[in-house]
Amino acid sequence: MTDLRRIAIEPLSRVEGHGKVTLLLDEAGKVHEARLHIVEFRGFEAFIVGRPYWEVPVVVQRLCGICPVSHNLCAAKALDQVVGGVPPPSAVKLRRLMHSGQMLQSHALHFFHLASPDLLFGFDSDVSRRNLIGLVAQHPDIAKMGVLLRKFGQQVLEAVYGKRIHGTGAVPGGVNKHLALEARDTFLSQVPQVKAWALEAVALARRLTEVNEARHRGFGAVPSNLLGLVASDGALDLYDGGLRGVDAEGRVLFDGVEAADYQALIREDVRPWSYMKFPYLERLGPDVGWYKVGPLARVQLCDRLPTPLAEAARRDFRAAYPGITHAPLAFHWARMIELLHAAEDLERLLHDDGLLHGDLVSTGARQREGIGIIEAPRGTLIHHYEVGDDDLVSRCNLIVSTTNNNQAMNEAIRSVARRYLDGHEVTEGLLNHVEVAVRAFDPCLSCATHAMGRMPLEVTVVDARGAVVGVGTRGGGRSSERPRGETTSSSSSTTSCSRSTRSTSSAATRCSSSTRRWTRPSPSRCAR
Amino acid sequence: MSRPRFTLDGVPVEFDEGQTLIEAARAAHTYIPFLCAHPDFPAHGSCRVCTVLVNGRPMAACTTRAAAGLTVESQTPSLHADRQALVQMLLVEGNHFCPGCEKSGGCTLQTLGTDLGVTSAGFAHESPQRPVDASHPDLLLDFNRCILCELCVRASADVDHKHVFALSGRGLHKHLIVNAESGRLADTGMSVDDVAARVCPVGVILKKRVGFSTPIGQRPHDVAPPRTQVEGKEEP
Repeated sequence: MTDLRRIAIEPLSRVEGHGKVTLLLDEAGKVHEARLHIVEFRGFEAFIVGRPYWEVPVVVQRLCGICPVSHNLCAAKALDQVVGGVPPPSAVKLRRLMHSGQMLQSHALHFFHLASPDLLFGFDSDVSRRNLIGLVAQHPDIAKMGVLLRKFGQQVLEAVYGKRIHGTGAVPGGVNKHLALEARDTFLSQVPQVKAWALEAVALARRLTEVNEARHRGFGAVPSNLLGLVASDGALDLYDGGLRGVDAEGRVLFDGVEAADYQALIREDVRPWSYMKFPYLERLGPDVGWYKVGPLARVQLCDRLPTPLAEAARRDFRAAYPGITHAPLAFHWARMIELLHAAEDLERLLHDDGLLHGDLVSTGARQREGIGIIEAPRGTLIHHYEVGDDDLVSRCNLIVSTTNNNQAMNEAIRSVARRYLDGHEVTEGLLNHVEVAVRAFDPCLSCATHAMGRMPLEVTVVDARGAVVGVGTRGGGRSSERPRGETTSSSSSTTSCSRSTRSTSSAATRCSSSTRRWTRPSPSRCAR
Repeated sequence: MSRPRFTLDGVPVEFDEGQTLIEAARAAHTYIPFLCAHPDFPAHGSCRVCTVLVNGRPMAACTTRAAAGLTVESQTPSLHADRQALVQMLLVEGNHFCPGCEKSGGCTLQTLGTDLGVTSAGFAHESPQRPVDASHPDLLLDFNRCILCELCVRASADVDHKHVFALSGRGLHKHLIVNAESGRLADTGMSVDDVAARVCPVGVILKKRVGFSTPIGQRPHDVAPPRTQVEGKEEP
């Protein structure tokens, strides 16, 4: 048996929400396990039950401060069905305007504020300047461009949805206001500059990819299926459409799947060491049915982008990556292509007078269930509600974008950890490689954690070969679910969480949920 | 013949016989913070937010008759702190989640808190368990937000003549109830057109299926918060 030591990267930095990564290394420094843990619990699916349905788009969007519009719109799309309405054309245009404004600001936030320091300075560069402050100091023009791109998106949101964050734009059956003429004219005067910046952003992301092409191509790349919405003509559609899935080589698995059929398509697996579920394609099973969502999936599984500059950029991307790339770092280039698409889409919509007048809401025969699917900045987002005759929500299921990427992120960090950490002395720079892999997915960990009733603190005792010797839960109970592929000995010894040692001579101990007791007291990342 | 006067924060205020201090101040376009007072109903004096110093003694401005020569103080640091504390206590006594409440932008408690500069709860939240009553086809009761002002009780009894609501219990256990054998609003004669259905200053009695239909910027208190309604000035 071999002593294993545990390294916790906690908290993950430059991601939205709170999470941590744990690595298990043996004496030789070989990585035995790498996991992304979600350490916060939200509970939205539980506490929205019993609330009136018209409150849902406003309450559930509080899942997130970055992409609340996605939740607002997705909930409203689900509740359109509950109120029996088809949103009027003007309402759909205003929702699409909101969505593109949000896509622009969210993608700009991630690329410029969160990810670019890694790409510009290097993964293992001086940590004191590998951040937004360092970016402002070293590359003020790039930092300014990111800030102004985001500002434009936020201003569009404020004009349509009342506030830059957590407004009240979409309501069941439509929206609650038109765009003011003055705001429209102001945005139209600004949008050419926004497009120019977006083009620069695409060029920058491409350059940063190509400069480090050899490393980027294989960094954390693990083949998987891809999932996303496309329009009926196969073009990218971030607001509506049918679900398309392709396999790791790009072969279409299914196409045009309606929102109402998502339950036949997707199942969610639960692992006891994370608050975040693990979705997979039901027909393929949990072992090979997991998939990626988000910009990298969308740009590769659609037939085209519906706006010309972004479509040209997509073609460049596909030429650079013949077939399908699974490199997480290619997310950045794809994300900036979508940012350009959002800027073009905003311009297209701003020329449409339907934003200024026309019916805003439509209702019809009341229904008891609604399912909405939308492409949020981070990927496919699903809201599913059942509403009683008393107008109160009786059931809620949310599968958010980051949850859809859960397995993919875990696979990526496992790949990176084994590639870069195996046999090496662990340094901050090397650990940042793991964070870079997570960061590429732009995870919103706050959105993604809501596995109500599935959060026991569990300690799993494994030997050096990874075989489970025993499983214990807080209070002495036994977990009914455990990671697939692991078996539990019926005569195993149970380890309580009060155990203070991190390694034993006979068995390695790992804590599969986050507690202070099991994390080092140092303020952030640690290695020993 | 000149009208009688009292002074409010050093400024002379004329009044008519029978007016309360808050009525006279309102007529003079001077704002005294209030919560349970409503111009269409007799003074109730329950929330004490309108407490002022009358010749040095704390009195509710909504229940105190104006009298010539009184010296009334409203804008003092001590009264401001007291009003903040009163609002904070109301906020922690119920479950007030303004970010997800459809009354936001039209809620007297929320606007008063904003006007008074209340930026934190100040006290430990009591987090009471108060189920909503969604039994009525057109109205929703969310008891989580009740501040026990009795406006609905008075409106239903005195104007609608239906006696749908009442307060029950005492002290910390006082709460709003529905006057029906089942306790459900659906089993009363309450109508969406009743005055009681639209008098609630917070988000307890709500018309169903219209929440959030008024956009931010056009909600009642976005357009004219209580202070502006009294002072008659546009918000900057």
